Amino acid sequence: MRRRDFIGSLAALAVSPHVSTTDPLIWSFTRGMPVLPGRVTLEVPALAENGHSVAMTVRVDSPMTPSEHVRAVHLIAEKNPVRDMAVFYLGAQCPRAEVSSRIRLNGSQRIVAIAELSDGSFWSDAAYIEVREAACTDGG
Amino acid sequence: MALARIELPHDARRGELVEVRIVIQHPMETGFRRAPQGERVPRNAIHSLVCRYRGAEVFRATLSTGIAANPFLRFFLRATQSGDLDFWWLDDDEVQGAAQTHLVVSP
Repeated sequence: MRRRDFIGSLAALAVSPHVSTTDPLIWSFTRGMPVLPGRVTLEVPALAENGHSVAMTVRVDSPMTPSEHVRAVHLIAEKNPVRDMAVFYLGAQCPRAEVSSRIRLNGSQRIVAIAELSDGSFWSDAAYIEVREAACTDGG
Repeated sequence: MALARIELPHDARRGELVEVRIVIQHPMETGFRRAPQGERVPRNAIHSLVCRYRGAEVFRATLSTGIAANPFLRFFLRATQSGDLDFWWLDDDEVQGAAQTHLVVSP
């Protein structure tokens, strides 16, 4: 490794990541690769009246060409009993890296979206959402 | 048999970006909920969903109980030729669901 590359990798570490790469759930798809903040935009409301159905849009800055595209987007809820909410597989034939859905949240928490790009790099964004009434409270 | 509604633009020009929206009628049971008598309602969520456009896969998703009941998904595809858009999904009870629609593409 050249000294320049080494310094570059240190700079990457200095940027505060949204996730721990040693987390088993994150490790299951990153295999220890660094997850860099940026290129991903996760849109959720700042406040949700209840956690039963919250609109979510995730967007990745990518030209979506055969040589450079988004392979998958992983959506993780840090405080849900089932943390891995969804994985969206896009691929080269997808013209725009944008997916929306409605998610279920067990209380106020941080949501993390991690995009896996065709070059093998991982990028992430996180959003904190205040949930007034959790989705899993009724007797569970 | 699950019901689904797919929304597409009426027609699209070749090469145009098409927004696809689907809502599937499904409880997405978390397995944490209790019925009025107190017994636990077993987990039953759609865990896999595939969308094929003219036979080729254009979108795939792995879902969990973290997706709201009556799952909604919105994504994009590139219109190439008129053809069918097929959705297929599978839930924890091994019940398959399918929905189909036609995309009209003008040259």
